[in-house]
Amino acid sequence: MTDRLAEMFARTRAEHRPAVLPFLPAGWPELDDTVRLVEAAIEGGADGFEIGMPFSDPLGDGPVNQVAYTRAIANGCTAETVFEAVRTLRSRGVRAPLLVMGYFNTILAHGLERFVEDAASAGVDGFIVVDLPPQEAGELEGLVRAAGLHMVYLLPPTATPDRIRLIAEHGSGFIYCVGFVGITGERAEVSSELPGLLSRVREQTDLPLAVGFGISRREHVRAIGELADGVVIGSAFVRSVAEASSEERPAVARRFLEEITGRVS
Amino acid sequence: MTTHTPMASVPDEHGHFGEFGGQYVPETLMPALAELEFAYHEAIRDPAFRKELDDLLRDYVGRPSPLTHTARLSAAVGAKVYLKREDLNHTGAHKINAVIAQGLLARRMGKRRIIAETGAGQHGVATATVCALFGLDCIIYMGEEDIRRQSLNVFKMKILGAEVRPVSSGSRTLKDATNEAIRDWVTNVRDTYYIIGSVVGPHPYPAMVRDFQSVIGIEAREQILAKEGRLPTIAVACVGGGSNAMGLFHAFRDDPVRLIGVEAAGEGLDKRHAATLGKGRPGVLHGARSFLLQDEHGQVQEAHSISAGLDYPGVGPEHAYLKISERAEYRSVTDDEALAALQTLSRLEGIIPALESSHAVAQVIKMKGTFRPDDLVIINLSGRGDKDMNTVAEALGVTV
Repeated sequence: MTDRLAEMFARTRAEHRPAVLPFLPAGWPELDDTVRLVEAAIEGGADGFEIGMPFSDPLGDGPVNQVAYTRAIANGCTAETVFEAVRTLRSRGVRAPLLVMGYFNTILAHGLERFVEDAASAGVDGFIVVDLPPQEAGELEGLVRAAGLHMVYLLPPTATPDRIRLIAEHGSGFIYCVGFVGITGERAEVSSELPGLLSRVREQTDLPLAVGFGISRREHVRAIGELADGVVIGSAFVRSVAEASSEERPAVARRFLEEITGRVS
Repeated sequence: MTTHTPMASVPDEHGHFGEFGGQYVPETLMPALAELEFAYHEAIRDPAFRKELDDLLRDYVGRPSPLTHTARLSAAVGAKVYLKREDLNHTGAHKINAVIAQGLLARRMGKRRIIAETGAGQHGVATATVCALFGLDCIIYMGEEDIRRQSLNVFKMKILGAEVRPVSSGSRTLKDATNEAIRDWVTNVRDTYYIIGSVVGPHPYPAMVRDFQSVIGIEAREQILAKEGRLPTIAVACVGGGSNAMGLFHAFRDDPVRLIGVEAAGEGLDKRHAATLGKGRPGVLHGARSFLLQDEHGQVQEAHSISAGLDYPGVGPEHAYLKISERAEYRSVTDDEALAALQTLSRLEGIIPALESSHAVAQVIKMKGTFRPDDLVIINLSGRGDKDMNTVAEALGVTV
């Protein structure tokens, strides 16, 4: 089985640039928008994609993602919507890594085994579960590993050496380093704590490191590219898509990626 | 009388009550939870902390609260019934017990900025009170819908010097105020102490709040032994998040005492309600695994109760554990039954209970005819009804 995440980081490392992973909630802004928006982002330069699985109480997310999740749920988005989008993307030839980002309760409600099976057969590469730190993740992590998929953990600047070690042991695919102490959302500047965090994490692991939370501009991507293997762009991308009309959305998504990856300025 | 094997000591070192509890939080909070757990265990072993807390509970809160025998209610239901009078505490409810202890802990940890969530406003008022007492900055998150329903408590918090931040996301009630408080904590974790109002949230909160509330049951146990020379046969308390119930139950966990928790059945269990243990399924919300009102896809549903303090779709993980292990029984009482019980207790005993506590009273009234001759009942009268007079008047169609 090919490891799409490993392939992606091998390629972007060879090209001396960070992998760019945008995030959008599934089933949003309209229920059937996910496939065309992911494809547009990939055309614009995205190397992989994080698909958000909506939850009613996203306590790790800022207002932009919260509002989007609320709308996605109202649209009728469920775990099945996420899997259906991934299946369609794979059938249309998308080879980029696709990760599901969400909260544990919606996974529990689907049933852990069934969730991992459905995700694996749809073509999902890994999971980021915001409210599932490694010491509570045992059962899910076992199933995910057995299916040959990745558990990606978040690592914030507040992390102690013990926590960094724990996450380095349990994580796979890459480690998602949080650029800021806080919830998701745009920030003007990249945190001054980031280089310190990244070097502390590097001491514990050879896994690729991606940085997210607060990334909204080309300068951020360029600066982080000097320090890390990947960047995740969430709220800024969500906001930009939210402001577009239905007809403009794919073009806006594509343009956003072209600008932030530096393909066009 | 049934005998019980002593309960295992819960939670375990990772905060699990059997399959429930735990720490389901963003990684950013893990160091803060570890710091809190360490500080908490250190504090309760420190005689100076215990003494300061005991002094405040006595001289500021007004403890011990009385255990009041009810002559007319007892006659009406056919069992000897006592009320544990948490309504007589400063600020009018049991909430202050755990808040004053956490305020001391925050000060000891050097955290000068306090945040809290509130539904009805009782926990917010208690938190604002303690912040005034200790000179701490106080920010209270409260849903816009609750701000509308509980304008008097909002005003009280402001008089006490707190900033009340309206929450407009989701259902704009306690659940969403809690999300917002957690977001604040994730963002400002280094200088902020989050005072959680119930036995909910990630470990160590459920165990810590229970321990700080356990003074209720410890006192009640001593008081009933002094008055009656024996233990109660039944202890009854309402359950929203479940802090007053854990506070009463904990001291009786190894005794042959029936523990009955009473949830809000709202408009009825087939309509809008807040009977999380009765009708919910296990899930994860606000940092812990417990029972949860949710749809088939795991989206959390809105709860409903006439009592804002019970209007919460989750419940403390230890209650889930007590339910599954069958150590406690959980029943539910409708809005109408609670309203009737509020009036019954007011007229029979001259005590106006909070709508929350009225659910526990209503459960005992409903049990009339099932009591045995030797039954001895303690109801936790967790709060007083002053705050609810507008709601009650509206429900009864009266303009005040």
